[in-house]
Amino acid sequence: MADPMRIRANLAGDETTVRVLMAHVMETGQRKNPAGETIPAHYITDVEATHNGKAVLQAAWSTAVSQNPFLSFKFKGAAKGDKVVVKWTDNKGESRTDETTIA
Amino acid sequence: MKATRRTALKTSGAFATLVSLGIITQQQAMAAVGRAGFEAKNLADALKAVGGEAASNDQVAVVSPDIAENGAVVPVGATSKIPNTTEIYLLVEKNPSPLAAKFMIPAGTAADVQTRLRMGQSTNVVAVVKADGKLYSATKETKVTLGGCGG
Repeated sequence: MADPMRIRANLAGDETTVRVLMAHVMETGQRKNPAGETIPAHYITDVEATHNGKAVLQAAWSTAVSQNPFLSFKFKGAAKGDKVVVKWTDNKGESRTDETTIA
Repeated sequence: MKATRRTALKTSGAFATLVSLGIITQQQAMAAVGRAGFEAKNLADALKAVGGEAASNDQVAVVSPDIAENGAVVPVGATSKIPNTTEIYLLVEKNPSPLAAKFMIPAGTAADVQTRLRMGQSTNVVAVVKADGKLYSATKETKVTLGGCGG
């Protein structure tokens, strides 16, 4: 399966900054392999981040997001030790969920 | 105008039927319709799909480098100081599909997102935010020295 995401969540004051690095090929569907055939698109289409079961970010992506996508966002209302869960789904229906603890 | 409204109603009607029949989930229906903007092939169509031309507003900012060394990985973000920002869209004008990313911001989450995008060539990056149902935007030009689509 895909490699785990690297997620860091840090609390500063009342705001938690979450930085995620996902491992995904993010194939645009525009490259050709050495035989000249177009490599089909394979990219993350949706991302959902939740904290205590409540969504704190949802994203819809296109092939324009770089390989091994990086995502950073901030939200309020969390405490140290809480878990943040990030899930991505790609256009082939594969998905991956990882979580981290807020430091 | 007529054609668009009819097709829009037809599409949402079709999805509603499918959802009620249990063939696809509510989430999938919303996701499929929400992806309409991603099909747009030029900035004007993408902006239309997002909801129309948005007034430029200095409370919205595009965070991106002036010059990107590598078009395959350009850090791009958007911030909005407008209260109740619920959606942020990132568009790359000269990409084959300009709508690059859409972020839904629930209450409690800051209107401050960053990611990395591919840019085929030097272009304008447009951030459109939706706050209280209205659209606002900001644009910034980013020069690219090496294009990002692998072609």
